[in-house]
Formats: sequence, structure tokens, C-alpha cells
Amino acid sequence: MSQADKMKQGQFTNPETPGYVGFANLPNQVHRKSVKKGFEFTLMVVGESGLGKSTLINSLFLTDLYPERIIPGAAEKIERTVQIEASTVEIEERGVKLRLTVVDTPGYGDAINSQDCFSTIISYIDDQFERYLHDESGLNRRHIVDNRVHCCFYFISPLGHGLKPLDVQFMKAIHNKVNVVPVIAKADTLTLRERERLKRRILDEIDEHGIKIYHLPDAESDEDEDFKEQTRILKASIPFAVVGSNQQIEAKGKKVRGRLYPWGVVEVENPEHNDFLKLRTMLITHMQDLQEVTQDLHYENFRSERLKRGGRLSSHGYVLPLSPAYVPLLLPCVQLRRMQEMIAKMQLQMQKQGDGEGDGHHV
Amino acid sequence: DLGGTETRGPPPGGPQGGVLRGPDLLGYVGIEAVLDQMRRKTMKAGFEFNIMVVGQSGLGKSTLVNTLFKSKVSRKSCSPNYEEKISKTVQLQSVSHVIEEKGVRMKLTVIDTPGFGDQINNDRCWEPVLKHVNEQYEKYLKEELRVNRQRKIPDTRVHCCIYFLPASGHWLRPIDVEFMKRLGKIVSIVPVIAKADTLTLEERTEFKQRIRQDLVANGIQVYPQKENDEDAEERLLNNTIRESIPFAVVGTDREHQVNGHRVLGRKTKWGIVEVENVAHCEFANLRDLLIRSHLEDLKQVTHDVHYETYRVQRLTAGDGLKGPLVNTPFLSILYYESY
Repeated sequence: MSQADKMKQGQFTNPETPGYVGFANLPNQVHRKSVKKGFEFTLMVVGESGLGKSTLINSLFLTDLYPERIIPGAAEKIERTVQIEASTVEIEERGVKLRLTVVDTPGYGDAINSQDCFSTIISYIDDQFERYLHDESGLNRRHIVDNRVHCCFYFISPLGHGLKPLDVQFMKAIHNKVNVVPVIAKADTLTLRERERLKRRILDEIDEHGIKIYHLPDAESDEDEDFKEQTRILKASIPFAVVGSNQQIEAKGKKVRGRLYPWGVVEVENPEHNDFLKLRTMLITHMQDLQEVTQDLHYENFRSERLKRGGRLSSHGYVLPLSPAYVPLLLPCVQLRRMQEMIAKMQLQMQKQGDGEGDGHHV
Repeated sequence: DLGGTETRGPPPGGPQGGVLRGPDLLGYVGIEAVLDQMRRKTMKAGFEFNIMVVGQSGLGKSTLVNTLFKSKVSRKSCSPNYEEKISKTVQLQSVSHVIEEKGVRMKLTVIDTPGFGDQINNDRCWEPVLKHVNEQYEKYLKEELRVNRQRKIPDTRVHCCIYFLPASGHWLRPIDVEFMKRLGKIVSIVPVIAKADTLTLEERTEFKQRIRQDLVANGIQVYPQKENDEDAEERLLNNTIRESIPFAVVGTDREHQVNGHRVLGRKTKWGIVEVENVAHCEFANLRDLLIRSHLEDLKQVTHDVHYETYRVQRLTAGDGLKGPLVNTPFLSILYYESY
């Protein structure tokens, strides 16, 4: 049965109404192509050791991303600097494929002096941008893999009264490079009132320090009420206070994921106990928006800064900060040749000096 | 390695490099919600579609476009106030309309080519068309290379070119071959047999067969090309289409009563040619192909195949339109500030 016949039969109510052209089917066409293509998403988790990052990630995607994990002792940790560990898993559900990469940052905040613990993290984020820029500028763009970090969950300790100086410094260092979603970890150490107070405190401090966290887009006026309500609830619950667990506990006759204490069971997927479900909902429903903001805002910022700096762009030649007097591609033959000679000369010069950083070449 | 400054993304495989399927997951994550969001967004953003019609005057180009989109998006040359005489050169004219259906908004741009094939000497009449198509690619490329570029680059590239063949019943004419050979390399061409109500069904089948042979014999690429089929399912669908092109179409904006329904048709003494009746002509097939099933694919092929081909040529050959300039040892891309 041809696609056309299939569509005439099932998909529309009365497709042959007079005046019906059929391009209303376009979103379905786009949908089909996206399902075939699948999605790529990179999530970074940052926070001190022991805040439950790995457990939470496993809970979120119902997998065990770290099956053979060995937790290092204090002695080992003293010498360690921040590592970047990326794990990729492909999840397929109802025909939709998601290639999820989780970037873990063990060692963050562990050292006695955490002065410079996030430069590695920032370099990693920049490297992914650089790599994407390189690929995007290349000749074969068919299969560009997007490893840019789309979202960063920043774990805040529930102990204490809000953000620590390290938290503030880190978030300010990355808020222009990645979507930051603050998460209160191990929320089962807080009572409901303490939780609300902590959330308010954190939001105030975020405001005070001018930290730009990821904002969920408002639901449009023509969305259905359920979706609008869901968006409202999600927005009101930031930062999410979560509990993670990979263990199944028997509670009230059914098996739930949770943590068993002598005084009761904390259920991970119970919205009254913690915000885990909200976090997952937010992540999944806004996955595409997170990608878009990364592409349209963070990546574009990186790209324009990078291009303005000038200098060598990997093997793809040079970036020259041109003045408007030069019309780039439609240059008449002579000017273009002159420019190419200039580039060759500069390359020689750079090789002589040893490869320095791009200082911005004056043309 | 410390810090991962040299890391090029995640290491191959990881603790778990395999694919987790639905039943393997310990529960239900809900990934399809991403698709809903995507659909919402694409609908909000609206779509752009640029279609070019090429053929001699009087082949019913404007009527066909109006019939396709059920709106008066193109002015017919036979309308009473139409005063232009046959122009000496091929002038391209772009007209844009925003049309909406079930909440989906589309900015449709129709590029007409009056004067094509109308002169006594039609030598090189394809050049203005070639130039226009390449100019749109150039515009897009320039925007893509800007330092501060727009979020959504305005897309004026030609997504589809409908080429009108007169229903002669014989073979492709030299002008048809020359045009389609050149344009087929840079844009998706959909050839149609215009005013097909002058052919009987047998004549139509034979004519189509001859045209298909002619296309192959001359190495002409028409849409959908075999190389762009993404998977077996698509190939199957596209093979059916490839075996039935070029579509024999009839266009009209008049309605008549047939069996109690109002239908679009051309009324003659010997009967009514029902445009949307697949037993009469292949207009519905064309419409389904262009709009209902392959609209997005046409745009994608333009972006992923034709535009990329143009871009590669441009970036490696310097002034690609005139041929390679200098043998560059590497790719030199010149980015530029906005002005």
C-alpha cells in the first residue's frame, strides 16, 4: 500500500474536504524522519562525591551506566584532579532511538583546595564546541556527531544553607556555555519545610549573583490545559530536590524504587516524597528545547567569539577577521588569489614562530 | 589522560556500548514525549517551501500551482488583465504567499519563469534559471558563514522544480533534454506532462515510457533519485513513484457538479475531465507526492544533497562558478563580520 493510500485511509478525518490541500500533514512527515534519525543528547553531571549523581542518572534512564564501579578511598582521592568520564548508551523505546551520553566529573570539589577544579570541565565543554565547529566547517557534513553538552545538572548539597562559594563560582563560569539545571541532592535528609526554605534560599542566591540557569519556556496560549499546568508546576519546583535509588523495595504491597529506612520508605517515583519525576519529565519533554538553546545560543556565542579571535581553525585553514571592505566568496579572482597567498605566508610565519595561539591577525 | 582536553567526545563504547531496547529497560522512560515537543515546535515555527515552475507559455503552469495549493497563488497569463507580452529574455518572478491549514502555516514561494522556451532562438534559456538557483545557494552559504549569523537562516533555495512537458506524444525535445540535464544536477526536478487531457490512456502510457527511456539515455537525474533513498521502505515507495513519472496532469480552478458532488474539472461536450480523479489524470498523484508525502523530503534533499554539493564546490574551487582558480593545499574559509 503506498504511503499516499495509507494516508488517505487512516490519518485524517475526511481528507477530501473541499479546499484541503494536505500540507497539514507536514508535521507527520517531519515526525517520521525524526523517528528514523533518532536523537542525540549529552548530559553532564557535576557535584561533589557522594551526592548521589551516579545513582540519580541510573534512576533517570533506568539503566546501570556504571556496572563495575569502584569507589576510591580518600588516599587515592587526594592526588586526583577532576576527571571527565563519558559513557554512551543507546535507548530505544517504541521505535524512538535516543543516544544518550552522560559526562561524569569525578573529583570535582574533592580536593582540599578546590581553587581550580573546574578548568578541566570548561575545557571539555569548549572542546566539544570546537570539534563541532570543525565538523560543521568541513567538506563532508553528512554524519556530524553532536557531542556538545546540552545540559548540566549541578548537584547542590542539602546540608548547609544554600549555595557554597564553589557552587556560585562554578555556575557563573559555565552559565554562558551550557544550560545549567541546579538539583538539590539527597533530598531525603530534609523535611518538607526545610526543603522549601532551601529552594527559596538557593533561588535568591542565584538571582543575587546573576547566575543564569536554564529557564523552561512558557507554555504557549494554544497548548492544552494539562500541558500548561504541567509547565506551571515544573517551573514552580525549580531547583528540583531529588532522591535516587536503584533498589526495589517492597512497600504497601507493591515493589517500588526507594530507600528503606527504619522509619519508612522514601519512594523515588512518588511526587510527594521528592521531585524526581518532575526532573525526569522536565528533561524528557524539554530535551529538544535544551538542544536548541545549546545550538542557537551557547554554540553560536562560542562560534562568534572563536571566529572573532581568528587564528588557526584546525586543518580547515584560517579565520581572518575581515573588515567589511572584503566581500568574501564573491571576490574577483585577483583579490582571492592575493588573500590565499597571504594565508600561505602567514602559515609559514606561524610555523617559524612555533604554533602560537591565535592573536588575531590584522589584515 | 587527565582532564580530557584531548578527548574527542565520549570514548568508543563505554561501560555499556550496546543498545537498550524497551523490554530491557527497567521501566518506561517516556522518550516519545520528545517527539510531541518537536511537533509542537515545528508547527509553531511554520514552514517555507519554494517551488519553481518551468515551461513554455500556455502549458498551464500557473493554473497547476493554483490547483495544487487551492489558492490563487499564481496569476494566470490567460486572465483578462494580463498585459505582458512575451518577454525577450527569461525573467524569473517570485511571488510569496502564506497559506494555512489546520494550524500549520506555510510560506509558499512560487518562482515563475515566463519567457522560457518562447523565443525563436531559445539557446541558453536555462542560464537565468541556473543562475537563480545558484544565487539562492550562495545567499544561504554566505549567511551560514557569517560570524554573527541568524538563528534561522532564511531559506530561499528552490526545493522543487516542476518542469512542464508539452503533451506531444513523441519524445523529449532538445530543449527539454538540455534544461533537465543541467538543472537536474543542482535541483530536484519533477517533470510533468502538461495539459494531459489531449492524450488517451494508451498514448499516455507510451509517451511516459518513451520519456523515461529518454531520461535514462541522456543521464538526466529527476526526483526522487535512487542514491538518496535512505532505507528499504523508502526505496520501495520511491520505486513506485519512479515507475510512474512523469505525471500526466490537468489543472483547473473551476468546479462542476458530478454525481451530486462538486469536483474540480474541465467541462467539454464529450464529458468532464475530473482533475482529482485518478482514473482521469495523475494530478492527485502529483499533489500527494509533492505535498502530502514528500514535502519534507524535498526540502531535506535540497539541503543535504544539492546545497552541500554547491558548498563543497564553492569552498574548494574558489570561484566555483567559473572553475577552479588556484590549487589550494587546504580549505580556506573566510569568515566575516556582519556589515
